[in-house]
Amino acid sequence: MSPLSKKNMVFLKDPFMDNNPIATQVLGICSALAVTVQLQTAIVMSIAVIAVVAFSNVLISLIRNKVPSNIRIIVELAIIATLVILVDQVLKAFLYDISKQLSVFVGLIITNCIVLGRAEAFALQNKPWPSFLDGIGNGLGYSMILIVVAFGRELLGSGSLFGYQVIPDAAYAAGYQNMGLMVLAPGAFILLGLIIWVQRTITGTVAD
Amino acid sequence: MENLISLFVQSVFVNNILLAYFLGMCSFLAVSKRVDTAIGLGLAVIFVEVITVPVNWALNYYLLAPGALAWAGLPDVDLSFLGFISYIAVIAALVQLVEMIIDRYSPALYSALGIFLPLIAVNCAILGASLFMVEREYSFAESAVFGLGSGVGFALAIAAMAAIREKLRYSHIPEGLRGLGITMLITGLMAMAFMSFSGISL
Repeated sequence: MSPLSKKNMVFLKDPFMDNNPIATQVLGICSALAVTVQLQTAIVMSIAVIAVVAFSNVLISLIRNKVPSNIRIIVELAIIATLVILVDQVLKAFLYDISKQLSVFVGLIITNCIVLGRAEAFALQNKPWPSFLDGIGNGLGYSMILIVVAFGRELLGSGSLFGYQVIPDAAYAAGYQNMGLMVLAPGAFILLGLIIWVQRTITGTVAD
Repeated sequence: MENLISLFVQSVFVNNILLAYFLGMCSFLAVSKRVDTAIGLGLAVIFVEVITVPVNWALNYYLLAPGALAWAGLPDVDLSFLGFISYIAVIAALVQLVEMIIDRYSPALYSALGIFLPLIAVNCAILGASLFMVEREYSFAESAVFGLGSGVGFALAIAAMAAIREKLRYSHIPEGLRGLGITMLITGLMAMAFMSFSGISL
């Protein structure tokens, strides 16, 4: 079977819309929202999560037949924690300012339910390559929501994107004001609630 | 003393670990359908926070922080990069230990908290509190108070949410908004309410 066959592409594409980890499976919101005040931090966080999910999936898939099932959780946590330490050290070395802004939230990728959730639900039963694709797919699905929320919060809250002002000065002169609520925590909750509403209307999922 | 009380009020209301820092959302959303289970989880979180934050403080202070190993004659060693893996190991081990002790000495409490304790090991709020404690360089007393405060804050938020969701069952909600969507919107409104405590200073 070719590595990018149709069957394998499903693992990559499915988490994007129909099975989005945040919107439908309610996973990983913990660390998703705090970093969405600005687009830049959201994107760095996304890349970090994609890397951790993909590689933890591969590593756990590789040892899936060798680990006794009663100690598997602690083994998975150790692998994930090691990967997160690597990501954290890389960020500190090359992107120091952003790693300061992300503060504790890089460390919290360890307890991000997506990572452990995919390891438990997918990597334990599948070969390394599909697990890798599944990790990338879920990471991307997570990133998509993160980036949409960050886009909305930065645009409405600070009138800028990637730190560059996009709302013209004329608009401010005419009485336009940044929405202070969006910069604060409630803005993220409300925006995410609305995004989930839109996503569920498109996919037609009805809860309960 | 005053600054400890102020820190407690801050961590329960203004800097509520759930509503201001988004930590512990997963279990918040999953376990807030009924009030009694929500209170059970809330109590378990308080319990574990009060123990893990000071223990991780000691771990950081005596073993991991730069220069912390001076007592062992190794003043140049900086093990702070091992922080994440040590904290999560401490939390997982302590949760297991607490579970066994409660099971042995208080079966009533065990049956009330029992099912939630394993869940807590991977609750972001627990690891988050430990990481905040390290980042903000709290003293031992401050870290104990901070652990208690963030646990109480989480318990308060999840109990309130469960009460709202129980009432919500009788309301007519647009289809796509049912379940997660409406819960997020209510959480947003709750977060706004908690933010209005920010005027309080002791």
